[in-house]
Amino acid sequence: MTQPAAQQPTGAAPAVELEGITKRFPGVVANKDIAFTVKRGTVHAIVGENGAGKSTLMKILYGVQRPDEGTIKVNGQVVELHSPSDAINAGIGMVFQHFMLADNLTVLENVVLGAEKLHGIGDAARQEIVKISDSYKLGVDPDALVADLGVGARQRIEILKVLYRGAKILILDEPTAVLVPQEVDELFDQLAELKDEGLTVLFISHKLDEVLKVADAITVIRRGTTIDTVDPTSVNARQLAELMVGSELPSPTTEESTVTDRVLLRVERLVLGGGTGRPVLDDISFTIHAGEVLGIAGVEGNGQAEIVEVIMGMREPTSGEVYLGDQDISDWHVRQIREAGVGYIPEDRHRHGLLLEAPLWENRILGHQTEEPNIEAGGFLIDAKDAKADTERIVKEYDVRTPSIFVTAGSLSGGNQQKLIIGREMSHHPKVLIAAHPTRGVDVGAQSSIWDHIRAARREGLAVLLISADLEELIGLSDTIQVILRGKLTGEFDPDTVTAEDLGAAMTGAGDKSGAGDETDAGPATASPRHTDPTPTDATEERS
Amino acid sequence: MSRLNPRRIALALAAPVLALVVAFIVTSIILLLFGDPVGDVWKTILTWPRPRQQVQVINAATVYYISAIAVAIGFRMNLFNIGVDGQYRVAVFAAAVFAGQAWLPGILNVLVALVVAMVTGGLWAGIAAYLKVKRGVSEVISTIMLNAIATGVVSWLFAKVAVRPEGSNVVQTKDIPESSRLEGFALIPGATNRVYSMILLAIVVGFLYWFILGKTRFGYDLRATGRSETAAVASGVNVPRMVMTAMIASGAVGGLVGMPLLFGQDFNYGTTIQSGLGFAGIGIALLGRNNAVGIAFAAVLWAFLDIQSNALQIQAGVAQEIVFIIQGVILFAVVIAYELIRRADKRIEQNRVAKELASAPKAQPTTEGAPA
Amino acid sequence: MSAAGLEVGAKTVADRPAKRRRFGAREWLIVVAAALAILSILRIVTDTPDIDSSGALIAGLAAAVPIALAGLGGLWSERAGVVNIGLEGMMILGTWGAGFCGYQWGPWAGVAGAIVMGMIGGLIHAVATVIFGVDQIVSGVAINIIGLGVAKYLAVRFFTGVPGGGPTQSPQIDSLPNFTVAPLSDALGNLEGKGWFFISDLAAVLRALCTNLSVLTILTVLLFVGTWWLLWRTPFGLRLRSCGESPVAAETLGVNVIRYKFLAVVLSGGFAGLGGGFLALVAAHIYRDGQTAGRGYIGLAAMIFGNWRPGGLLAGAGLFGYTDAVQLRGGGNVHAFLLLFAVILVAVGVWQIVRNRRLVQGILALVVGGLVAWWFFGSDAVPPELTGTTPYVVTLLVLAFASQRLRMPAADGKIYRKGEGH
Repeated sequence: MTQPAAQQPTGAAPAVELEGITKRFPGVVANKDIAFTVKRGTVHAIVGENGAGKSTLMKILYGVQRPDEGTIKVNGQVVELHSPSDAINAGIGMVFQHFMLADNLTVLENVVLGAEKLHGIGDAARQEIVKISDSYKLGVDPDALVADLGVGARQRIEILKVLYRGAKILILDEPTAVLVPQEVDELFDQLAELKDEGLTVLFISHKLDEVLKVADAITVIRRGTTIDTVDPTSVNARQLAELMVGSELPSPTTEESTVTDRVLLRVERLVLGGGTGRPVLDDISFTIHAGEVLGIAGVEGNGQAEIVEVIMGMREPTSGEVYLGDQDISDWHVRQIREAGVGYIPEDRHRHGLLLEAPLWENRILGHQTEEPNIEAGGFLIDAKDAKADTERIVKEYDVRTPSIFVTAGSLSGGNQQKLIIGREMSHHPKVLIAAHPTRGVDVGAQSSIWDHIRAARREGLAVLLISADLEELIGLSDTIQVILRGKLTGEFDPDTVTAEDLGAAMTGAGDKSGAGDETDAGPATASPRHTDPTPTDATEERS
Repeated sequence: MSRLNPRRIALALAAPVLALVVAFIVTSIILLLFGDPVGDVWKTILTWPRPRQQVQVINAATVYYISAIAVAIGFRMNLFNIGVDGQYRVAVFAAAVFAGQAWLPGILNVLVALVVAMVTGGLWAGIAAYLKVKRGVSEVISTIMLNAIATGVVSWLFAKVAVRPEGSNVVQTKDIPESSRLEGFALIPGATNRVYSMILLAIVVGFLYWFILGKTRFGYDLRATGRSETAAVASGVNVPRMVMTAMIASGAVGGLVGMPLLFGQDFNYGTTIQSGLGFAGIGIALLGRNNAVGIAFAAVLWAFLDIQSNALQIQAGVAQEIVFIIQGVILFAVVIAYELIRRADKRIEQNRVAKELASAPKAQPTTEGAPA
Repeated sequence: MSAAGLEVGAKTVADRPAKRRRFGAREWLIVVAAALAILSILRIVTDTPDIDSSGALIAGLAAAVPIALAGLGGLWSERAGVVNIGLEGMMILGTWGAGFCGYQWGPWAGVAGAIVMGMIGGLIHAVATVIFGVDQIVSGVAINIIGLGVAKYLAVRFFTGVPGGGPTQSPQIDSLPNFTVAPLSDALGNLEGKGWFFISDLAAVLRALCTNLSVLTILTVLLFVGTWWLLWRTPFGLRLRSCGESPVAAETLGVNVIRYKFLAVVLSGGFAGLGGGFLALVAAHIYRDGQTAGRGYIGLAAMIFGNWRPGGLLAGAGLFGYTDAVQLRGGGNVHAFLLLFAVILVAVGVWQIVRNRRLVQGILALVVGGLVAWWFFGSDAVPPELTGTTPYVVTLLVLAFASQRLRMPAADGKIYRKGEGH
């Protein structure tokens, strides 16, 4: 999939050339046969969905991981990157998505750390920082304490860090994930400056609108392998989205609608945050009826996780209410909410759904330690016998592949862990099921069985809130799809008629800015009008 | 809650045995380095104790057991209660003063004094708990500070209430009346001294520890919080309340540490109070892996080393404090060994699960990379 | 089980951005002068000339040194991200090292011996925590146990039967040099005796700084200055501190985190050992069982009180050393401070109510202030047992009320394994 070498101007070696890069982890092939070429003095974007393998690739480029197969060439020379120092020596600098800054140290200290030999740690270094800051218009104060700085400023420090070390090739990992639109524009201006000075920028993202604006070349990665490298002037957001998610559209379920008119979950005007900067949740309202699956589509970090936390009682909103049936559960505690019949399949099952070092049967109890069959003697004691027996049942019914119910949850594969969790939640006959990214990190076989379980829940008359970034999943399971972008619900779609490109575009905000002919489907605008937010985002935006 | 199977038991024993061997080697090296008689030392320590010593071992183990259980309650919640020394000091003082007043007759006096001790110890730990929950102060630091404050406060109060009985050179609180003193059990034939009656207390404490933590819902919540705070929150546990409860419970049990000696031997609070029991409790809890039965064995081992080393000065000309070195090395070695074994165990189990599932139709590996 | 334990408490502390005012040398000078003035007023009002007599200050300084050194050890270790509560054990090792080498080969050998023995303790902690990843608190506890055992065992082994010594103490050790600037000292003594407001107090302070100053005290001051310079003004120090703030970031930038942590912990043992050496060589001229009396923990408290900075640590050590020394000179001194506390509390209470409109907190301060005043007027002396708890109570109060202002190194206490950032 590389651009043939004949296309490059003779004599100018490409800045970076990857060929045949493959990396395997236990049970997972993160990168398979990645190949592309980055021309010097360009901004080259790498796009792909969450989990496509982008960050593993970047780790390889930065020397944090070694590829199992393949070669990397920098400026025409083959390089072996065993550590970040090797990458730095090769002129590669990486700006991580999760900033690597020490809060309690000053900007100067953070920048010179590890590179003290270059300009010392005193005035010479200070001058150099100011010089770089001025020439690339970064606006950095060397003596400010990092803890006092906002997100945009921190990113500029990360960029300055790599420039300070003489990087000629910059890798930016999802740089706009935490920026407001105005800061994004500033960043793009800076990238243009860098390009003018002859630097090369590798830009990893899944935000197609931004990528089309700033990139000179785009490489699409899907499921760990390169699909194609394209020229942004010859493609629009839709086509890009299609490359990213694949053009095989899932056939929406031909099941009869089971949606009733009984409202089981109602969320009204939820607001979270918004003190300084953009609120994390901005006036969210929706209802889910019995027998209905409401899918909320959106890229991670747009507020979905917070909606779930508010509904589950794990987080208090600034304002707004949550109703379970007719009952106002806004002030209820987590335990009350779960006992009242809200099932929860958490987005991060390792942190919120399981006790990894405990055996399966103890995990069956988790979240329901006040309900039958886990308890006896009026709720005072744990009924280990019944719990174990029920765990056996769940293992069988939900096809959890495990040698026994006594192994620790941590030794199961992701798919089996998830099946156990679903079995556990469904066994308590919930009225509402919250499923957040239910098939993340799950193998294909388990994935389809999880989908079957969700469909079964729907048939049984549950109200299901499905949060996902997997378009196949959303289209295949939902009765209604809403899109969330930057804390607001920006559009409603009918899964029977929507296309993957539509959804992808709405999720990434490409909307009608992408260019040639977009017929938008039913429902209001697919992207909220860009409101320039003059205040900087606060630290709550940055999510790990 | 591990299922008993040979592999598990073997692994559980491997670490302590390994630790003992390492301690043996290191201590021997030290002794050789300084020209002390290695053989005599080990002969003294490793002989089977005489009946009199056997009773002493059981009694010392009783005290250690309670201290370790107190610490273990904290450990199961991922809390570090280093304050057992302070908690037990304030508690034993309060109980001694109360029991000395003899407002209640006989055994009733003893039982209520136990309650007094638990309440005092619990409250003392409660200070640290409150600071942690409300102000985010690390319980490690606050309990260390409270230990020292306890010493000062108790000394001050003691100076106020102390009496010097006739014909004695030492000051003490009022003696506990005869009717409230516990005679003990003559369990070991051939011994003139008796096992503390409070060994029953230790057994009850151990049983309750095992039962509450292992069988009740509260115990489940507690253990879940210790394993994964985030999962516990998501499962409905009120974590701040759990922290307070666990610390106070730990302090309450810590307050009981002084009871065997108070009612079985000393009958007052004086200047001969033992310190360092809290730290020993930490070591024993770790050695016993926070398990009620494991701690019992560890406590016996610890006590055995203590008692047998009493004779070292006379029989081998070596300071008996060398036992601290042995205990300290055991502590290091066992913690390292448990960690190494835990990692090996996890790998073995993951491989086993993978292998057993490989025989079933193979699930395709995902092409998802590390979380983007 | 980690030293950091649960994070539950951290969430309940309100996140107010601390207003950062740069405190330069000038500001500190003003603070010190104001403190001296307040002390002077207190002295005159309560008629207790001993609260800042040069005698008391000299004793306080001598008591402060071992605490400061222990705290310095804690600082080095925690700045690199390793919690060290084994300072007490390392200090005990230091006292024995000083005693043994001191009586054999003279006091300077004693100094070396103290440092070496302390470093051995530090080495054990380093290997356990940095190499093997043992929980740092557990390791500290174990070192306290082992340190005590080793010192006692070696004392019996080497001091029994030696003339002047015994199983619990070493023979006498010769003194280390002492410095007194005689003419200055006398002149200042005269000035002090006059009892004038502020001038006499200043004279007392200056006299304490030039009378009977042990060479180890001077060395300690140099070590503090050196620490400040090394950790805050050199690349070495920057790298070391980065290991305690963000080892993940440091590693991505090519810092060998493991090596720095290891070095810092070994050095911390050396400092603690030197503190023990001071106790044996200067304060007592012999090794004695139980000499340290918990000063390792007081050093830890001073480090926290000092916000993990050398200057603050010195202030904390000075304060705690002062209370340590003052309790031996009679309870009247500490008693005088009760008045000061009462006044401060009442002032705080009034301010809270009037300025900040915090009724509950204001009334609380007023009530406590009233109680303290009642205590002052109703008694003659503070019981010596309670004055001994001052360092700990003060530290707890600081932790309870000022935890937002404290800046513990961000990654302090976390077990770090190479490459775990990715």
